Amino acid sequence: MATTTAPTKAPGRGDRWAGPGMLLPFALFYLVFLVGPLIYTVIAGFFDASLLKKGLGDFAGLSNYTAVLGDDEFWRTLKNTLWFTVLTTVPLVLLSLVLAILADRFVHGRWFFRFAFFAPFVLPSAVISLIFTFIYADQVGLAQQAAKWIGVDTPPSWLGDPDWAMISIAAATVWWTIGFNFVLYLAGLQDIPRSVHEAAAIDGAGPWQRIRHVIVPMLGRTTTLVTVLQAVASLKVFDQIYMLTMGGPDGSTRPSLQLIYDTGFVEGRVGYASTVSLLLFVVILLVSLVWFALVRHAEKER
Amino acid sequence: MRDRTPHATPPPPPPSRRALLRGTLSLGAVAASSVALGGCGSTFAQGFTGGSPAPTRLNFWNPFTGGDGERLLAMEDVYRARHRATDLKSATFVWGSPYYTKLTLATLGERPPQVAVTHLSKVPTLAEAGLLTELRTSDLARHGLTEDKFDPRPWKKSQVDGKLYAVPLDTHPFVLYFRTDIAEKAGLLDGQGRLTDVDGPDAFIDALRAAKEVTGAWGGSVASVKDASTQFRLFWSFYRQMGGGDLVADQGRKVVIDTAAAAEALAYIRRLTQEKVVPTSTDSPGAITMLTTGKAGFLMDGVWQVLTVQGAKVKFDVRPLPRVFHDAPYACAADSHSLVLPKAPSAAAQRLDLSLGFVAALLNSSKLWAEGGHVPAWLPTQQSPGYRDLAPQSHYAAAADGAAYDPAAWYSGAGSTLQVVVGNAVTSVFTGATSPTAGAARMRRELRELASRPAPL
Repeated sequence: MATTTAPTKAPGRGDRWAGPGMLLPFALFYLVFLVGPLIYTVIAGFFDASLLKKGLGDFAGLSNYTAVLGDDEFWRTLKNTLWFTVLTTVPLVLLSLVLAILADRFVHGRWFFRFAFFAPFVLPSAVISLIFTFIYADQVGLAQQAAKWIGVDTPPSWLGDPDWAMISIAAATVWWTIGFNFVLYLAGLQDIPRSVHEAAAIDGAGPWQRIRHVIVPMLGRTTTLVTVLQAVASLKVFDQIYMLTMGGPDGSTRPSLQLIYDTGFVEGRVGYASTVSLLLFVVILLVSLVWFALVRHAEKER
Repeated sequence: MRDRTPHATPPPPPPSRRALLRGTLSLGAVAASSVALGGCGSTFAQGFTGGSPAPTRLNFWNPFTGGDGERLLAMEDVYRARHRATDLKSATFVWGSPYYTKLTLATLGERPPQVAVTHLSKVPTLAEAGLLTELRTSDLARHGLTEDKFDPRPWKKSQVDGKLYAVPLDTHPFVLYFRTDIAEKAGLLDGQGRLTDVDGPDAFIDALRAAKEVTGAWGGSVASVKDASTQFRLFWSFYRQMGGGDLVADQGRKVVIDTAAAAEALAYIRRLTQEKVVPTSTDSPGAITMLTTGKAGFLMDGVWQVLTVQGAKVKFDVRPLPRVFHDAPYACAADSHSLVLPKAPSAAAQRLDLSLGFVAALLNSSKLWAEGGHVPAWLPTQQSPGYRDLAPQSHYAAAADGAAYDPAAWYSGAGSTLQVVVGNAVTSVFTGATSPTAGAARMRRELRELASRPAPL
């Protein structure tokens, strides 16, 4: 059989199925591991489902929802999650933009900066947690030593003090994941045509003005993407908090996902945990939708 | 900025049918070969077919890493050398809730291991959920496992409503480690190298202060960062010495905490840090390092750290946790490891005699297990001269008599919510963030919250 290059008007019989056929393995995967569990989660939320028993258990109606919404711990973990999101998203967007603009100014050796800023991102969360456990350790940790060198006599216990623990985790997260946003911005910068830069330079714009009035506005779409991706990723935080503080000290860094893990897997209350999962899903969806709506509105204004 | 440059290149031709077929076939081939290679006997294939493993196979699950893990491997080797026909497959998981989650789900999914390790504090919950096989005395007797050969305390804890569900392996109490060289310099030792006079609220703090003068840093150390379990054990030991009784009753549905006793125990724990003899923020490895590097003369931790401390090659000894309060019989927080037979879907999958033979073999290797720090529940070992000569392991065997197990509830046990909730309250008093009275009130409040939840059983 010779290959049939498909002309646009008469597609061969086999080619009609090529697209769906290619998609089939992934679609199956998607159904089995994403859509299925999601539907199960919605259903389990209406039952007293338990990890220790077969089946869904007794029908609970909306009692899980009233229990979750009336649970102080749910609101506290949500607040922790949002606080972490604010602490990480703002520096991760702004810093990565600054670093990308700086790195972009290098003609030679740009590859080195790109590599250096991106390198931490490829490390697994377990490695990051181990590194920062050593850095933030009391008495012997690097962070406390550094604070002493710059003249702080009694540095805080970075992970042991409820006021500092979340900030410390956020700082570690920024160092770890900034590479991803940095690379996105770098790609965005390279999409700006040279002619625009030249036109701005001929019109007499200085480097500052070029950054403020040409580069940053032209990176608008990248910023939207980076911010939404970042906010969603931060709302889903679990790994590094679980490994650095286990949600402590005294629950001050416990994110919503850990509440789901603890109630679902430690206590075996699957119905309750499903309800929390679904509510967190709704929160993440709302945050993303509101953000996109704001951006679209701003784009229309322009 | 919406207009995008059109593609200059024409779109690539769609893939030919043959290429597509080849791709799909090779994908299928990979999947098929993985099954074919494994055949029906492979664990991977059983995951899909649900068949029980080959009759000579014995799957054993445990949560032992570090020193305990090494001891266990040695014990398994002893078994393998004597039972060449049995294919023993041992799997180790992360201690605490991750382990129990897997054990529970595997049993519910009808793919349980034949034998598994559990803490005795978890046995009531697992038994009530119907996940464990009840052990009959006649079956146990066939393998020489009779009641008279077991330490009565863990044996009693292995029963739920008069039925036996577990075979106890050890008792592991919360104890006091001390550096003999530092204690000697501080003048705390008698002629035989034993600690004198650490019992009583003031005597213990005085001993810690004397050690602090020698080390120049701290008197003793105890984990308080990322370690609610250790903080729970510290509180639970003192609370029980005070006659505080239980925290919850009726399988955790009722809260019976004695807040006055709890506040007093918390006040004492606060004294340790207020008098600056114990640091307020160290994690578990940090607390051990303080002892081994001579920054602290004492360490309050579980017996399972014996091998870790021994590895540091310093002079040290271990004794039961001091008797700080005299209001009740001596008590210290403790738990036990035990061996259970998770409920299998059929007798063929259960392999009762093969499983019990393995359990008996492990108990007969109790001496190896005891070297890891645990007090053996197997009396033939516990009363043997070989064990009595083990130092420091045999120096705290008496602590097992005061073993105070976790309260019985569906949310209690090793690494459970109860340990976290109570431990967090203790930590916040320990660091001085909360007053002892407020800490005790908080415990009662949070326990009531737990008790009011619908039990997943």
